[in-house]
Amino acid sequence: MTSLLSVRDLDVNIGSVRVAAGLGFDLAAGERLAILGRNGTGKTTLLATLAGLRAAEAGSVALCGESYEALGARRAAQLRGLLPQRHIDAFQSTVLETALTGRHPHLGRWQWEGREDERLAREALAAVDLAGLGSREVHTLSGGERQRLAIAALLAQQPRLYLLDEPLAHLDLNHQIAVLELLSRRAREEGVGIVMVLHDINLALRHADRALLLFGEGRTLEGPVAAVLTAESLSRLYGYPLREIPDGTGRHFVPA
Amino acid sequence: MPTRRRALLVILLLALVGLASLVVALAAGSLPVSAGDLGAALLGDRSTVAAEVVRELRLPRALAAFACGGLLALAGALMQVLLRNPLADPYVLGISGGASVGALCAMLFGLPLLLVNGGAFAGALAATLLVFGLARGDGSWTQTRLLLTGVIVAAGCGAAVALILSVAPENQLRGMLFWLMGDLSHAVTFWPALALLALGLAAALPFSRDLNLLARGDLTARTLGVPVARLRGGVYVLAALATATAVTTTGSVGFVGLIVPHLVRLAIGNDQRVLLPAAALAGGALLTLADTLARTVVAPQQLPVGVLTALIGVPAFLYLLTRSPRGGAS
Repeated sequence: MTSLLSVRDLDVNIGSVRVAAGLGFDLAAGERLAILGRNGTGKTTLLATLAGLRAAEAGSVALCGESYEALGARRAAQLRGLLPQRHIDAFQSTVLETALTGRHPHLGRWQWEGREDERLAREALAAVDLAGLGSREVHTLSGGERQRLAIAALLAQQPRLYLLDEPLAHLDLNHQIAVLELLSRRAREEGVGIVMVLHDINLALRHADRALLLFGEGRTLEGPVAAVLTAESLSRLYGYPLREIPDGTGRHFVPA
Repeated sequence: MPTRRRALLVILLLALVGLASLVVALAAGSLPVSAGDLGAALLGDRSTVAAEVVRELRLPRALAAFACGGLLALAGALMQVLLRNPLADPYVLGISGGASVGALCAMLFGLPLLLVNGGAFAGALAATLLVFGLARGDGSWTQTRLLLTGVIVAAGCGAAVALILSVAPENQLRGMLFWLMGDLSHAVTFWPALALLALGLAAALPFSRDLNLLARGDLTARTLGVPVARLRGGVYVLAALATATAVTTTGSVGFVGLIVPHLVRLAIGNDQRVLLPAAALAGGALLTLADTLARTVVAPQQLPVGVLTALIGVPAFLYLLTRSPRGGAS
């Protein structure tokens, strides 16, 4: 079985920052990968490279066994979705219209959104707790609601691989957990792959199967969370000492 | 929920408004022609005075107004998406500035009308290429860079226009000022503008859902499979051609390209699939009516149509700008 995402000998630079050098890993269907690292180490750049939106300096990225060149932009958009860190609302738009943007790669050039697309968009809105807000103007949403709307648009896109840049930004604790549980459910039940940039180690421990740490200067560490997320590696990652506190249910990390 | 049915309804309605504006333009004037006589004048005997006035004078002028209004509104809507800035208009990138310099230079040397139009078109294209080339200087192409380059080129053109006006002989000044304000009495031909309006809409409509995504940011659009670089190039070329053609035909008519996309957007939302054709029709209707007013209000004296669109446009725009944003719970 070919893996969902397959990365080989990847070199990624942005400006003078070396993000990754010789990075290689595979993500199988149903797996969740958390990317952790300090600000400015290139997590967003790496995500764009994994999404095929940015050329790598060297190495290859394959989605469902094929390179992005072979897939083409439209097919790639049917297979993988990206949650950007920022959402641009220069013009007025309703919540439902925004959620429907995810259907774009599934529609033909002259095709309009149909009943099925509307159903998927409304389901996606309901999944992120925005049901009933369909006709609201995007401008009137709070930061957290806007973030959940972007996640809804991604759900409506129905990709096989989700690439999420800080999906928990602006969300309250309740919705942080809800979004992570929603993604975990999709991975478990539908076999989608999840790659997400997170800043919360303890949430990463609970909701990711694997972790990729970006130390800067191209040094990376990838593997199962249990092996990769240790007090030693995390203290090195953030340049601040962390302590592991085990309790009956699992491991927790707190700043020392 | 955007539906094709609603889009067709809106477009049909605006097509009727456009048609009505053309009927008014053909009927009104120093020789009033009733709606009944209009059919006879258009289709029947060519030899009557009414037929001559309607066919030779009013029809070409009305169609030129309609086509140019449509082109300016289309170009404005495209520029607003391209620059992701609701305040953009067809002239923001210096296209009308370049056209003004070209046209006024031709007038200064006493060249015939056809060459004045040629000068305007050449000036518009030169400004377009200059802005495009400079903004692409480092290979990237951000909205801010494009906008700043355009504004600076437009400012340079404004200075050149002032220079030409200050050295021009007294007897040419009036013609120059009318050209600068937009004036349809010198419209030589309407065919290029009308053809470009039809072709431009036909070229833009298949990509209008892509444009919806482009308005939401490059990254979002690219993620969803939109070929952003090519699309932006195409939009730039189309908007520049539309503006250059409109300015060549009628001079720099203001505000149509800024106001009309906004009015349409407020009424029906920002779905480019409806917005582009609706703005083109509404722009055409507005300029046709404004031009009819321009030649009838103080007849036999003619006002520059740009004055009327601005007089209508400025209060409308200020109203839109200060109006509280559409909120609303569902």
